[in-house]
Amino acid sequence: METKDILVFIEQRDNVIQSVSYELLSEARKLVKQIKHVKFEVVGILLGSNLGQLPHDVLNHGADRVYVADHPELAHYSTLRYTHVISELVKQHKPDAFLIGASVIGRDLAPRIAARLDTGLTADATKIEINPNEENTSELWITRPAFGGNLFGTIVCPNHRPQMATIRPQVLDADFFQANRPGIILNLPYKPMEDSVRILKRTKKHNTGPDITHANILVSGGRGMLNCFDLLDEVAVLTGGVVAASRGVVDKGAAPKDIQVGQTGKTVRPRLYLACGISGAVQHTAGMDKSETIIAINSDPQAPIFGVATIGIVGDARAILPLVIENLKAYKQKHS
Amino acid sequence: MNIIVLVKQVPDTTEMKIDPIHGTLIRAGVPSIINPDDMAGIEAALSLKDRYGGTITAVSMGPLQAERMLREILGRGVDQAVLLSDAKFAGADTWATSTTLAAWLKTQTFDLIIAGRQAIDGDTAQVGPQVAEKLGIPQVSYVESIEACDGTWLRLSKAYEEDSELLEVKLPALITTLSTMNRDRGMNAVDAWAAYDKPLTLVRFSDLDLPESDVGLKGSPTQVRKIFTRSLEAASLKTDLSPEDAARLITDVLIKTMEA
Ligand SMILES: Cc1cc2nc3c(=O)[nH]c(=O)nc-3n(C[C@H](O)[C@H](O)[C@H](O)COP(=O)(O)OP(=O)(O)OC[C@H]3O[C@@H](n4cnc5c(N)ncnc54)[C@H](O)[C@@H]3O)c2cc1C
Ligand SMILES: Cc1cc2nc3c(=O)[nH]c(=O)nc-3n(C[C@H](O)[C@H](O)[C@H](O)COP(=O)(O)OP(=O)(O)OC[C@H]3O[C@@H](n4cnc5c(N)ncnc54)[C@H](O)[C@@H]3O)c2cc1C
Repeated sequence: METKDILVFIEQRDNVIQSVSYELLSEARKLVKQIKHVKFEVVGILLGSNLGQLPHDVLNHGADRVYVADHPELAHYSTLRYTHVISELVKQHKPDAFLIGASVIGRDLAPRIAARLDTGLTADATKIEINPNEENTSELWITRPAFGGNLFGTIVCPNHRPQMATIRPQVLDADFFQANRPGIILNLPYKPMEDSVRILKRTKKHNTGPDITHANILVSGGRGMLNCFDLLDEVAVLTGGVVAASRGVVDKGAAPKDIQVGQTGKTVRPRLYLACGISGAVQHTAGMDKSETIIAINSDPQAPIFGVATIGIVGDARAILPLVIENLKAYKQKHS
Repeated sequence: MNIIVLVKQVPDTTEMKIDPIHGTLIRAGVPSIINPDDMAGIEAALSLKDRYGGTITAVSMGPLQAERMLREILGRGVDQAVLLSDAKFAGADTWATSTTLAAWLKTQTFDLIIAGRQAIDGDTAQVGPQVAEKLGIPQVSYVESIEACDGTWLRLSKAYEEDSELLEVKLPALITTLSTMNRDRGMNAVDAWAAYDKPLTLVRFSDLDLPESDVGLKGSPTQVRKIFTRSLEAASLKTDLSPEDAARLITDVLIKTMEA
């Protein structure tokens, strides 16, 4: 039987595989399960230096096969070197689909490869399905937000292979894992090549607080909460949550940029998102509407945030939150 | 330094409303603007020219109405403008867009091409890197500041999710700029007056060395199968809770989530 591949770019930084790559491997496993007419395999491509156990991690997270290029010149991401190695692999093995995380690296790399291979690339997608209207097909229908999240488009690539897409991090579940999963690890040759970009220095951006993208509970405030973020802080401390903010607040200098949620901030997906005094502009909701539960408090019954909320409360957050804090303190006292 | 800036005219998506009955975008009355990341590219080009001299050319592919935007850009101090416009270009995806732009760029000499990181309508962030690949030149995307240029190497800072990288790229190269990298200087009277005397060239499909199968909708490997807006389902909206009842409801959900 003919075999086809879904190739997944495995992104490592400082030899840590990025979670979006695991999300894509899990998603690829779900896709190959749905394709019945040909045998499909999930294949990883991993570039780096001194990768050690990492190829096995890729197998354990869902790849049947992983191609590895291990060389000091590949330790850090380089547009030209990575494009070269991956494009050569794709030309040789002709995968049917190729998924890449829509990180800064992925969105630099994927268009470069797609242009070299003269194939189509769907950008920053949030959903992948197999064409539901046809049988015996492996055509992907890939849905993505455009127009600042106002509009969604479902994109196909009917006549070119591989069908490529970058997929937004934190949208799909990384739920596949099997320890010591068997699979094939294949080493790719690498010939050193000159780069026209040289890295002089890397600096960590100042990171003021805990990471909002990994919190279970986000207590988020908008301009309606200006000057009373201490209420949000207190709720966060009492619940083990983290404070986040809208751009309206960040632009006012009342919160650091790294806790901004939304299109130009971070995409978050907590179990609970408590939105206080946030109007719910699409640029904001684009970054949080995948949260499991959303509670919105807003004094304006017409506020668009209610359109994405699981529970919408029309009211004054400045009056409600102190009562929530009281309740939480009482609860803690009773249970300690 | 010869700099070419790629610019796209876009609808101001922050002004866009959704027709709640038909679920379509209401475009009427939405102003067209210069894509915000491209505005940063124009300012970056102007400040490079301030320091190192040279000429700046703005290039756009789009309908004839984009001429108005290009005139405005000339009024901001750019030296010349080129509009690639032809019915055959319509419906291009990013592959066909970059192929068309690159076909014209191949006929030019330049040290640096500046594109915006992302257009606020298509939102793909693909055209810059794809143009660089089609031209066979290096790229640096997500540029947050430009430091200096010694004629061969351009030193700049690139933004990652959590780090910044200071790096140098060998010219000729393409960079993509973030709207936050600078603040535009606005228009001054002298340049604004001169805008109508500066060259604005129209380039048609027949002026390019390209097969028809490479441009527009027909030349696009991707196709938009369907378009839809988010259905704004009514949430379970509580309009008449007392603050005490609201607080109780919220506390319950918080505790349930904490303990789960
Ligand atoms: C290109 C672009 C990118 C953008 N990216 C982002 C982004 O990443 N993230 C983001 O958040 N925004 C982004 N924005 C901005 C976005 O369009 C909105 O302007 C912003 O989200 C508004 O912030 P806000 O909800 O805090 O403020 P406002 O819109 O001013 O809303 C304040 C809300 O608080 C309510 N309120 C006031 N007092 C109270 C009270 N006591 N109790 C309860 N409610 C109260 C009001 O009814 C109102 O709804 C972007 C914009 C553009 C153009
Ligand atoms: C709903 C929808 C979804 C789409 N999804 C995809 C998709 O997934 N993949 C795909 O390939 N196409 C897609 N397209 C088509 C895409 O929007 C067009 O190809 C568009 O012309 C370029 O893409 P962009 O607007 O995303 O530009 P970007 O790549 O985001 O633009 C980056 C920069 O490139 C330069 N640039 C872009 N366009 C031009 C131009 N016309 N003239 C001069 N400079 C320019 C500007 O400097 C700009 O800042 C989609 C279109 C729609 C309507």
